[in-house]
Amino acid sequence: MIHKYKLSGYNVLLDTNSGGVHIIDDLTYDMLDNVQPPFEDKCPDSIINKLSKVYDKEEIAECYNEIVSLYNDKILFAEDDYEKFALTSVASPIKAMCLHIAHDCNLRCKYCFASTGDYKEGRMLMSLETGKKAIDFLIEKSGDRKFLEVDFFGGEPTLNFEVVKQIVEYARSRESEANKKFRFTITTNGILLTDDMIEYINKEMNNVVLSIDGRKEVNDRLRVRADGSGSYDTILPKFKKLIAARGNDKDWYVRGTYTKYNLDFSNDVMHLFDQGFEQISVEPVMADPKMPYAITQADLPRIFDEYEELMKKITEVRKAGKFINFFHFMLDLDQGPCAIKRLRGCGCGNEYVAIAPNGDVYPCHQFVGIEDYKMGSLHDGSFNDELKNTFAAAHVYSKPECKKCWAKFFCSGGCNANNYIYAGDIHNAYKLSCEIQKKRLECAILMKALTMLDTAE
Amino acid sequence: MKHIKTINKANLKKSAAKGGCGKCQASCQSACKTSCTVANQKCEREA
Repeated sequence: MIHKYKLSGYNVLLDTNSGGVHIIDDLTYDMLDNVQPPFEDKCPDSIINKLSKVYDKEEIAECYNEIVSLYNDKILFAEDDYEKFALTSVASPIKAMCLHIAHDCNLRCKYCFASTGDYKEGRMLMSLETGKKAIDFLIEKSGDRKFLEVDFFGGEPTLNFEVVKQIVEYARSRESEANKKFRFTITTNGILLTDDMIEYINKEMNNVVLSIDGRKEVNDRLRVRADGSGSYDTILPKFKKLIAARGNDKDWYVRGTYTKYNLDFSNDVMHLFDQGFEQISVEPVMADPKMPYAITQADLPRIFDEYEELMKKITEVRKAGKFINFFHFMLDLDQGPCAIKRLRGCGCGNEYVAIAPNGDVYPCHQFVGIEDYKMGSLHDGSFNDELKNTFAAAHVYSKPECKKCWAKFFCSGGCNANNYIYAGDIHNAYKLSCEIQKKRLECAILMKALTMLDTAE
Repeated sequence: MKHIKTINKANLKKSAAKGGCGKCQASCQSACKTSCTVANQKCEREA
């Protein structure tokens, strides 16, 4: 399977199954519409006749030979022989957990997937007892995995910060005897951050996700308090303080959502950069298409143009010798994850679970509150292994649209929860999300390819 | 090559042969959270 596209004056060719990325000329681009394996020793006359209206005959023959040579090297039209790995893959140990430390929030963001923080289950904070049980559960289910990830999530985790600290302390106290190492993340809207909290987060949290949408008018239109007032002026100085005090050895990023209201979101990315945040993630809202801020199919051409615009802006920043990292353009074309990892992506419900404040277990934070997907409870010890197996088997070969998609080893079947919520089944691709993902990937592949080309030359 | 410039090592197949150790970071695919595409993850297999 191949995928070719034109972007920013370049012709890019991806060979899906080998991961090979090639920059090709116009002749190759056009020839690939006319050839596929099995190949002949010499370029067939029919192809020469067809293409010679535009291209030189000798060049055509030469180009054909180059394609055949790459095919013989198995980096073009490489065979798809990964399905056997997918079909024999089994359920894995659980190594990551989203801890819903607070189903409550001090903001009322209008697009919140968690129903402004309570997941439609009522406002509730997690107790220390439940938090400890969650840590015990993770250790017990983690098999031989040494590194365990715990993400303090909400709602807004700082509303229950003392329990966060006590859970961290408890987890650390178990590391040695259990031979585990915990890596903590916290996601916060910043409203309640104090200097003490910042110091604690920078000491204990391997990663911190700071929620802000970009320009003040964009952020304050949707990220509002209960009284309708905006949050930007409160959170911006706190986020600046946090990253200024954070060591280089720990991760962080600012994370925003773009909606129909700011389809010029490259300006929000650049605004965040101009404010001193160089680790940036800004992502499309996932929402009921009836909502006024929801992105719909009709917005896609505008969004595609905007990603191209963003690509240009980021390239300019880098050319000026400055560092900027936009998460959706991050790609490693050589040393990335192995093909096996790429078959089923996030591992929700299999390697990753979410724990609600009442101790209920779900496949991930997006499934929390959906009764059909409740996997068990920490308090009665129940756990649905059958459901875990269902998620373990949700790989790109069990998702019909993914199986035939060129992007399958980059997106790995997408978000199972979004598939379920917006396309009716974890195995159905959520097309809107796919289209955006593919455009981002095209930009990311070209940017990376050009960087690698520059380095090589 | 004159018409085609190959950019990378195209080593996906090789990675399958010795892959699947599961030591790498979890990579949430949802837009609301850790925002990773799988391809930006690091392999954590010890050499």
